[in-house]
Amino acid sequence: MQTITTKMVWEVLEMVKDPEIPVVSLVEMGIIRDVELDDDRVTVTMTPTFSGCPALGVMQREIKTAVSTTLNIPLPHITVNIVLAPPWSTDWITVAARAKLKAFGLAPPPMHGGKLDIIFHDIAPCPRCDSRNTSLKNNFGPTLCRAIYYCHDCQEPFEQFKPL
Amino acid sequence: MELQTKHALAAQLLAMADDEILLAHRDSEWTGHAPILEEDIALANLAQDELGHASVWYGLLHELTGEDANQLVFFRDPTAYYNIQMVELPNGDWAFTLMRQYLFDVAEMLRLTALTESNYQPLANAAAKVRREELYHVRHSSAWVRRLGLGTDESHRRTQKALTTLWPFALQMFVPLPEEPALVASHILPDADQLKQQWLDVVLPFLHQAGLQVPDTLEPIATSRQQHSKYLAPLLQEMQEVARQDPGAEW
Repeated sequence: MQTITTKMVWEVLEMVKDPEIPVVSLVEMGIIRDVELDDDRVTVTMTPTFSGCPALGVMQREIKTAVSTTLNIPLPHITVNIVLAPPWSTDWITVAARAKLKAFGLAPPPMHGGKLDIIFHDIAPCPRCDSRNTSLKNNFGPTLCRAIYYCHDCQEPFEQFKPL
Repeated sequence: MELQTKHALAAQLLAMADDEILLAHRDSEWTGHAPILEEDIALANLAQDELGHASVWYGLLHELTGEDANQLVFFRDPTAYYNIQMVELPNGDWAFTLMRQYLFDVAEMLRLTALTESNYQPLANAAAKVRREELYHVRHSSAWVRRLGLGTDESHRRTQKALTTLWPFALQMFVPLPEEPALVASHILPDADQLKQQWLDVVLPFLHQAGLQVPDTLEPIATSRQQHSKYLAPLLQEMQEVARQDPGAEW
């Protein structure tokens, strides 16, 4: 039987997609914080994006299933812990994932270095035409992590992944 | 942790969780009824966020005492709820809903900011998490209060009426719980009087700029979280109805 390494677990997790944004993985989103191995047991530590995120349970299940089936580890040997600290930030979303978000039609969140109050005044560029001639229509969108903008050049609405 | 501190902290977490779950429920009642589609979405988001915050506080309570969130929310009678009366009140009109949200959001924001320094690390961690989300709430509710306060004669009249009615209810947010002083002394919680002063420093000039008159009183509507209005029982009846029909059901 092959020896399981943390690297192998991370590779599996890179294939588990965000249930609400199926083009990016949980690893790329910065949601997976740690992987630990203890004999034949795997512990994955993750953190929620928004604390009311309804996809949390789904993500826990999908992580377990993916690790179990790909690495042939029994489900009861896999634990997915949830931590709140440090608080998840959109700054943790990787560069590659930002490009995928944009291609998916979601304006990537601006980097803010923790200064959320200031970044609120930033303008989201349109993910289709890159125009900055856009305006915020709604701080709240179809999921907790999205805001709705309007592009005055495309004359179409678009969504932004909200900076957090 | 000493037993007395543990009891006091559990009461505090229950108070925070109960406030959020009931506000979440009231906000959710706007789903499908808000004046415009964007606001329908916004209120649904606010409700979901407050529900998330409630589950964070119930989660901390669970770690502390082992009490179960679902049991607490769905199988507790009105007399055992530990919320302030403001969140029980029916939604009223749009001005009333957004004024309540604003008065609550600013207080929550200030409390969370102070709690990030709490000596009880799980609470400090959770506060840092929830605080970022709360920034969006304050931004939204304050924009609406300003817009309505400075809007038409009718929007101004309704917003002023909402403020006059809600003011004594809002002041209950700063009534310390019986065991709170011990938690303040051990730097687990911020001092309620200081919090109230910070809140007044924010809301008084803001409401004034929105063209609104703040009532003179500083008397809260109630001084105990065991006193409830007549609106809590029917709210819980609706919120708990499905869970109570089939306790232990899984879905």
